[in-house]
Amino acid sequence: MEKLRYERPTLKKLEAGMPGKFGMPTSLQPTTHIDGVAVKELIDEYGSPLFVLSEQTIRSTFRKAQRAFSTRYPKVQFAWSYKTNYLSAICNVFHQEGSWAEVVSGFEYDKAIQHGVAGEKIIFNGPDKTEKDLAKAMQNNSLIHIDHLDELYTIIELTDKLNVKPKVAIRVNMDTGIQPMWDRFGFNFENGQAWDALNKIMHTNKMDLVGLHTHIGTFMLSANAYGVAAGKLAELAIGLKQKFNHEIKYIDMGGGFASKNTLKGVLLPGYDISPTFDDYAEAISTALLNANFQQDHLPLLILETGRALIDEAGSLLGTVISNKRLSQGKRTTIVDVGVNLLFTSFWYEHKVTPAQPFSQYSEETTVYGPLCMNIDVLRENINLPLLNKGDHIVVHHVGAYNMTQWMQFITLRPKVVIIDMEGKTHVIRENETQESITSFERMPEYLRKFD
Amino acid sequence: MNIKKNIALSDSGYLFNPSSGESFVVNPIGIEIIDLIKQGKSFGDISKNLLQKYNTDEATLEKDYFDFLNMLRINQLINDEEKNN
Ligand SMILES: Cc1ncc(COP(=O)(O)O)c(C=O)c1O
Repeated sequence: MEKLRYERPTLKKLEAGMPGKFGMPTSLQPTTHIDGVAVKELIDEYGSPLFVLSEQTIRSTFRKAQRAFSTRYPKVQFAWSYKTNYLSAICNVFHQEGSWAEVVSGFEYDKAIQHGVAGEKIIFNGPDKTEKDLAKAMQNNSLIHIDHLDELYTIIELTDKLNVKPKVAIRVNMDTGIQPMWDRFGFNFENGQAWDALNKIMHTNKMDLVGLHTHIGTFMLSANAYGVAAGKLAELAIGLKQKFNHEIKYIDMGGGFASKNTLKGVLLPGYDISPTFDDYAEAISTALLNANFQQDHLPLLILETGRALIDEAGSLLGTVISNKRLSQGKRTTIVDVGVNLLFTSFWYEHKVTPAQPFSQYSEETTVYGPLCMNIDVLRENINLPLLNKGDHIVVHHVGAYNMTQWMQFITLRPKVVIIDMEGKTHVIRENETQESITSFERMPEYLRKFD
Repeated sequence: MNIKKNIALSDSGYLFNPSSGESFVVNPIGIEIIDLIKQGKSFGDISKNLLQKYNTDEATLEKDYFDFLNMLRINQLINDEEKNN
């Protein structure tokens, strides 16, 4: 006789106001497959943990965003925010969809060039562009978004040296009614800094002022704030037209749209409270269409959306190492996925589901990663079905910022695979090895030996 | 050691402790274990019984069994006075 699937015995106290008879959110389903590929087979083939990206989800999310904006505003251009996920294969999916590149360092800039992005389709943001970076961007005709006056003066010097007229925009920060206000980047709108910078650019006549840029924050739960910001940039653009008879080509609203993750400390799940692409698009396009641009002279709308385009396409697969109880009886589960791989567990209550069928019984659990460190907590409190050692789990919505902010710490970083539109998997980043990590180290001769 | 006499456990796993007014849910293997304890079976017997039926190993079962017992104890569902060894 075949034996039954084992489930450990549990006793769960029923509390008033619990979500269901057995305390399990009724929506919880096992994630046995991703895009038709079995989680178990993925782990058998590529190891655990494993990052998995769904090309299908990336493309459908992108198209949803594109549609939300292009149905409301005539000229829209997305620029992929490299820092969100700059694995080359991922960047190229976005480039195939028509995205430009948005970069914030010389490293990211060179990566975009390496991918074959044309210089004039690279937006160069950020406070740290070296003279060498700037010169390269100027010669490639890239869009340089000036962050501070020192950068502005460096560019002016370079225009003489290189004899080119660079395409520039300024980054503007402003009060949109949202706290915290991101005022450390760019020039402030309310106190007149932005106008100072624009006046300098226009009077030197050494640069081609093509745009205005802002990025008001990240994971913005208010679509309305974008309406305020777009209105303020439009006001600057119209002021430039009046004062200098100069028309800018684009308004770049940056990134910051919320994904469907649930922020820590926010009581409601992201699925319920995050604005949709339609909400953001409505706020931004209404503000731009209501501004006093002449018919047929509307600026191009650029969006540098990062996390909202990629979070949902990424999953992190892992395996249960052990179940344990703390001194006060609290159940804990140790998995092989640590905060070294999942940087975003510091921000989000990531959704975690078992990768195999389970019964309706569940337990309140703390999920720990494998690092021998107190900070390694994936979920402080989560109601999970009963997992056995060796069972697999899926951590959802991990596509943004993890594959760039992860660290090699205590363990090695795992493989990343993409599932293509036909359901075929491809490795897009190899796992690290002992050799790949130690090859960066050097041993001074006198430290070679010890007894 | 035994399960307290006044504890009521239904077939569906609903457990009620009249002395505290608390109720609990026990999963099917938990029900089996409580039943076997009530019958006075030793851990050795219980383990043999369950290993025949479920796809697991002795070490896992032993760990989970004593963990379960501990939870019963923490929730005062066990009478330890009758301990005889
Ligand atoms: C200038 C700029 N653009 C775009 C982004 C992408 O932001 P998000 O991932 O929140 O959409 C960032 C991220 O901080 C940024 O600094």
